[in-house]
Amino acid sequence: MIVEQIMKTEVYTLTPENTLNDALNMMRDKNIRHIPIVDEEGNIVGLITSHDVKNALPSCVKEEDACSIYETPIEKFMVKDIILGHPLDFVEDVAMTFYESKISCLPIVSGGKLVGIVTTSDLLNAYIELTGAHQPSSKIDIRLKDKVGTLADVLILFKKHYANVLSILVFPDAEHENSRIISIRVRMMNPLPIIKDLRDHGYEVLWPNVPGVNV
Amino acid sequence: MKNAVFVFSPDQLSYKFSESHPFNHKRLLLTMDLLKSIDALSDDDIIPARVATEEEIELVHDPKYIEMVKKAGHGLVTPEQAEPYGLGTEDTPIFPNMHEASSLLVGSTLQAVDYVMEGKSRHALNLGGGLHHGFRGRASGFCIYNDSSIAIRYIQEKYHARVLYVDTDAHHGDGVQWTFYDDPSVCTLSIHETGRYLFPGTGNISERGNGQGYGTSFNFPLEAFTEDDSFLMVYEQALREVIEYFKPDVLFTQNGADAHYFDPLTHLNASIKIYREIPKLAHQLAHEYCEGRWIAVGGGGYDIWRVVPRAWSMIWLEMTDQPVPTGKLPEEWLNKWQQEAPVPLIPTWEDPNPLFEPIPRKAEIEEKNSQMLTKALSIIRTEKNRHF
Repeated sequence: MIVEQIMKTEVYTLTPENTLNDALNMMRDKNIRHIPIVDEEGNIVGLITSHDVKNALPSCVKEEDACSIYETPIEKFMVKDIILGHPLDFVEDVAMTFYESKISCLPIVSGGKLVGIVTTSDLLNAYIELTGAHQPSSKIDIRLKDKVGTLADVLILFKKHYANVLSILVFPDAEHENSRIISIRVRMMNPLPIIKDLRDHGYEVLWPNVPGVNV
Repeated sequence: MKNAVFVFSPDQLSYKFSESHPFNHKRLLLTMDLLKSIDALSDDDIIPARVATEEEIELVHDPKYIEMVKKAGHGLVTPEQAEPYGLGTEDTPIFPNMHEASSLLVGSTLQAVDYVMEGKSRHALNLGGGLHHGFRGRASGFCIYNDSSIAIRYIQEKYHARVLYVDTDAHHGDGVQWTFYDDPSVCTLSIHETGRYLFPGTGNISERGNGQGYGTSFNFPLEAFTEDDSFLMVYEQALREVIEYFKPDVLFTQNGADAHYFDPLTHLNASIKIYREIPKLAHQLAHEYCEGRWIAVGGGGYDIWRVVPRAWSMIWLEMTDQPVPTGKLPEEWLNKWQQEAPVPLIPTWEDPNPLFEPIPRKAEIEEKNSQMLTKALSIIRTEKNRHF
């Protein structure tokens, strides 16, 4: 999956001359946490986050004349040294960037122009899409030996039961170094015949997979 | 006005996929026989099922799908043609006259509806219904036509009443939820094992309805291995708060009996105790909020020998204000059915104690369920606080 498949292309921006108050209002109205700052030619020159805005605002417990702060141009508070992304970046790499740089937003630039934005929410949404049940289905976890052909052997059993596989995820096995957990979502309400078949073939089926509770 | 009617016709048993399929309506016979053997059900209480018309089925289902079900039941389709409609799978195999059998189950539930809505009876029970997974154009999870969705639409059109649908089957009541997801005049409430592993996978607390219908869909997904107290705590609080918030004209309950520890298809660890309590509260609240109007249907329940007959008898006993017996089941019933049962029957109205080995993470499971309950009800509680 690449960034252009998950990025938001409708991007709300401001200019460096806009005030802190403009940023605050835009974040409230649009329910967003990040605003790219662009110049007249549409080149990205900075980024302001809800965190920057909160830091700039006066404490609500102290009485002081704060009007001037609200009217200050964003330029004074925005981050100028920003990390940018490209529409062809892999989503996995964006996740790595967020994790390592401890940031939560990546303006996406192509041909020198801002074309989109990706935030942690978009990444989480992609994760939900990958792991969720979008059609009625059961999920079966199976512990598999880490060697060639085991997945194919398992899937042959699914085919035998005429079971439509909707998604497969492979996880490292926290308990056993030489095996993996595969998690298969299958369109059927009664997976018992498949589970029996898998067990008869010597596979360890975790259904459900709740650590510490063995049944 | 009668207090309650029991819908049944022997033909309801024709909804049968195969000898080995877990959905087996022989449980209707086992239940009725148990009730009759304690003199709790007489022939005067029983009203016959009827066949739903195609027009009625089309209140929910796509005519093209109905056509496919008809043809499939008469051997007129190939597996490739049937597959996109969810027919001919291991879950919903094709069987002879499947349209006719399914139409009868729908009509049975409509029969229950008419008795209650026309004021001929305060309550009505159709254990043959409750096929809550059926979709508009697709069979799913053992369900061909969704009698409950059709019945609720029928109530809306014919009687213009607000319906609260309460589903305590261990599987999420997805078919009914999606049918009324945008509709603010029907509220759906489903308590089920979390869909992390169990079919159909949906039923998250975040599914709250859409558009006009936002806030009229409630889901209470329980952790696998949930036991009685936690189940009942969630059920009672959820039902009390939702019914007070929605104020329905009629209560429609789906009474799947597959949350029991013995049920082979699910991972909840409830005992027969919850089936004593579930109809009790529904009955009480139907009188409190709906002038008694309460329609109850069956649903899942795959241990048809040890669980379903006792569990479903308790609905009828509650509906007719008869006390649920304690102690031994009738000897004649046990002797008669033990010959056929592949497992030793439970000889008493109660379950053996203990029913299972202690669950290692019980306290955490209860804690998580109660956190889930708070989140799921937050929408009601926030609104309530705003008014005071």
